[in-house]
Amino acid sequence: MPSILAVDDSASMRQMIAHTLKGAGHDVTEACDGEDALGKAKSKQFDLVVTDINMPKMDGITLIKELRALANYKGTPILTLTTEASADKKQEGKAAGATGWIIKPFDPDTLLSTIGKVIR
Amino acid sequence: MATAASTQAIQIGKDGTLGREDDGAQFLSFILAGEHYGIDILRVQEIKGWTPVTRVPQTPDFMKGVLNLRGTVVPIIDMRMRFALEEVEYTPLTVVIVMSVQSDTGDRLVGIVVDAVSDVLNVGVDEIKPTPDFGETVSTEFIKGLASVEEKMVMLLDVDKLFNVAELPLDEIIEKV
Amino acid sequence: MAIDITQFLQTFYEESFEGLEIMETGLLSLDSGNAESEVINDIFRAAHSIKGGSGTFGLNAVANFTHILESLLDEMRDGRRQVTKEGVNLLLESVDCLREMLTASKEGAELDTQRIGDVHGRLEAMWGKSEAAAVVADNGNASNASTEQDAVDGWTIKFSPFSYILKTGNEPARMFKELRGLGKLSVSVITDKVPDFSELDPDECFLGWTLMLEGEIERSAIEEVFSWIEEDCDLEITPVVSNSQSIEQVPDNAPASSAGAAATPRAGASGGSESASIRVGIDKVDSVINLVGELVITQSMLSTTGEAYPLLKAGLAQLERNTRELQEQVMRMRMLPVSFVFNRFPRLVHDISQKLDKKIELKMSGEQTELDKTVIEKVTDPLVHLIRNSLDHGIEMPADRVAAGKPETGTVWLNAYHKGGNIIIEVKDDGKGIDKAVILEKAIERGLVDPGVTLDDDQILNMVFQPGFSTAKEVSDLSGRGVGMDVVRRNIVSLGGHVEISSVKGEGSTITVRLPLTLAILDGQTVEVGEENYIVPIVSIVESTQIKSEMLNYVAGKGETFMLRDEYLPVIRLYELFNSKPKHTDLTKGLLVVVEGEGKKIGLFVDDLLGQQQVVIKSLETNYKKVDGISGATILGNGSVALILDVPGLVRLSQQNSKNRLKLSA
Repeated sequence: MPSILAVDDSASMRQMIAHTLKGAGHDVTEACDGEDALGKAKSKQFDLVVTDINMPKMDGITLIKELRALANYKGTPILTLTTEASADKKQEGKAAGATGWIIKPFDPDTLLSTIGKVIR
Repeated sequence: MATAASTQAIQIGKDGTLGREDDGAQFLSFILAGEHYGIDILRVQEIKGWTPVTRVPQTPDFMKGVLNLRGTVVPIIDMRMRFALEEVEYTPLTVVIVMSVQSDTGDRLVGIVVDAVSDVLNVGVDEIKPTPDFGETVSTEFIKGLASVEEKMVMLLDVDKLFNVAELPLDEIIEKV
Repeated sequence: MAIDITQFLQTFYEESFEGLEIMETGLLSLDSGNAESEVINDIFRAAHSIKGGSGTFGLNAVANFTHILESLLDEMRDGRRQVTKEGVNLLLESVDCLREMLTASKEGAELDTQRIGDVHGRLEAMWGKSEAAAVVADNGNASNASTEQDAVDGWTIKFSPFSYILKTGNEPARMFKELRGLGKLSVSVITDKVPDFSELDPDECFLGWTLMLEGEIERSAIEEVFSWIEEDCDLEITPVVSNSQSIEQVPDNAPASSAGAAATPRAGASGGSESASIRVGIDKVDSVINLVGELVITQSMLSTTGEAYPLLKAGLAQLERNTRELQEQVMRMRMLPVSFVFNRFPRLVHDISQKLDKKIELKMSGEQTELDKTVIEKVTDPLVHLIRNSLDHGIEMPADRVAAGKPETGTVWLNAYHKGGNIIIEVKDDGKGIDKAVILEKAIERGLVDPGVTLDDDQILNMVFQPGFSTAKEVSDLSGRGVGMDVVRRNIVSLGGHVEISSVKGEGSTITVRLPLTLAILDGQTVEVGEENYIVPIVSIVESTQIKSEMLNYVAGKGETFMLRDEYLPVIRLYELFNSKPKHTDLTKGLLVVVEGEGKKIGLFVDDLLGQQQVVIKSLETNYKKVDGISGATILGNGSVALILDVPGLVRLSQQNSKNRLKLSA
């Protein structure tokens, strides 16, 4: 069962993402900011990371950079949650090492199909 | 929390089949001054022996007081007094039936003191006869109907109406028909 | 699979309202000159979250409204837009609008669409003024490929990913799988870039591919598959049209990327109090509290039984300590800091002082002082009224203040602290104070006081709490309708508390509110009346004393009274009121418990005083109904029920009794 790390400072978002993915049989861990996520990622191997960008303590971009510096996350799929307005944020994510992005607002089905494409 | 000495808490086991709406229902019957009454068994929470209650001031005489039922404060009403029947002394056999009553403000628990508990009756809907009309002075709203079981006449009570503070105030004595 | 998003709405609303508070606090601090970037970031993030969530959960109007807000804030935090007072005010108004919109959406209430439209318009106007960078245009793909196509039989795709591509988590195999979903795919690999084995880095990709995709497929569908890695590969997509000769060499789209924007590191903790916490439904907390209450009673029962056995007794003593501590901890679960109430006041003071053209500063302290959740909810309205009073009637206009030799800016202090098992909240101002002469005049006018009767200062000030009392010359929109102070006091008393006012003309006023820490537990004094025991709330007890016959008096129209120093107090024989058989009917043989309710003191005659203890309050109304003079019940250690006296109710009963007595004697 693939395990996913979902990172967002908004509890309602996290819940929605977790609920959607769990419903599809994935194992989901929630983190409320980059720092929290990094700690969790270090203590457990995740098969995929989905993260928001704007978060307190450590934002998504920094999180991605930190993750990519870890040996066991060199090639792990990492997706950013980004709003349609910021084209540069998408590229920022990519530049930091993200695999791709999901555009907010998204519906659960889109989330599922996108994750499904990428997860190993 | 149950008090030490004299509680005999008996739960009614629902081992009889429960009648469906169209089939009728089950009633717990009890006795007051030789007469039989019945109440919907689904409303009966438990049956206890009588234990001393705490009196509450500014309340009518038939409101004996309140009792601690596992942390909840429950009023206990003497049905003989409520129906203006002759009062009796309580004995170790005196029984309190704790019922759940529906009202506008939610579900309440009320305990009633009766002489004794009788059988659980299965009464088909068609076996319930309508209450005769006793004229305007006597209120019969709280009676669901009459049933005849083994040559006894049982008055089936609507507990919600009987104890609904809004309609029939807990404060009024009901002249028994 | 349809997932019901509405189950997350509750959480979304909660966090959005919290976010709006963060925005408001942040904006207010920006207003007072604090333009720290961290603050603006916090405000931006809050708006961003609300926008994201509202879009996801289908609240499109909210999303639309927040969109501009977010854009403005984004510019402010980047330094591309100046933070002006005008801007902050507009943003504050927007926060109000959002609150309304979210509340309306949550509760299905009416919405003032005109006002919202107006604010939205002003936001747009503000936005339009600046020369914003093209943030909006999202043209990842497609500027070139908008040309129409003839029907194609398929496509040839040349795909050469850059060597690092695997490190982005993108696997070519995935693209192929997706392409296979579009049509018939054949793949051939290009290996000319593969280096010698010794130089082969397994983390890198040195392969390229030529792909043939058959089918009537839109170009955009193919581009979609590669959308994430546009910049990480060389991609050529060529249509295969069976008859046509022309090969449209549509070059790879140069993505309209802005140059590598350095990720702004958001280092450091946010300013808020980020403590580890979880949300727990209050019903869960309440049921735990009930269980602990039961535990206390059980342990109390056991301890009386254990008297005879030393080991058992010691064990039970320890059990009692453990239980008491558990109970304290559990009660604290329902406690929240009073900041929950206080945090709306900076905004209130800001808005009202602007509206009144007064200069007023709010100083708060003790915001972390905790009290029970229910108490917090019910004390909010009274406090709001008290603060409004200070702002409206207390603090003078700047010119008047200067003329009186005071600083132009008035100050309102809001202070909370624990004292002796209660929480004290003070509202103090350095305004013009209360003119006792005016009060006295008004009281006489209203027939509340007989002319010629001398009252001391405290008594005069307490007149303010009488219903319908207001000396405001004009009923202002904020307060002064005269329905205020008596309601304030009634609300506070119903919480088991107490409110007092002190004032010096010309210097200011202080209103002190005393509240119990929790509504569920009471410090009670057990009294014996005949065969029954009753509980008197200690907070209402002034003193207890024996009665000497010379202190007793019978006053026509008032009944029996007792002289306590220089006051005459009505005496209530509780056994009469409660229809009990008392041990003593002779007043000099029992005890008098002097209690205070609704500003009046009365004496309760009881047989004896028993112990004092903390009792858990159980409702009488839940299963029975409200009884005059009784505020609730509690379960004693022996399992029986004891009734808790309602002192204000008893005061009222006694007044009624004396009125009846008057009627009878007439």
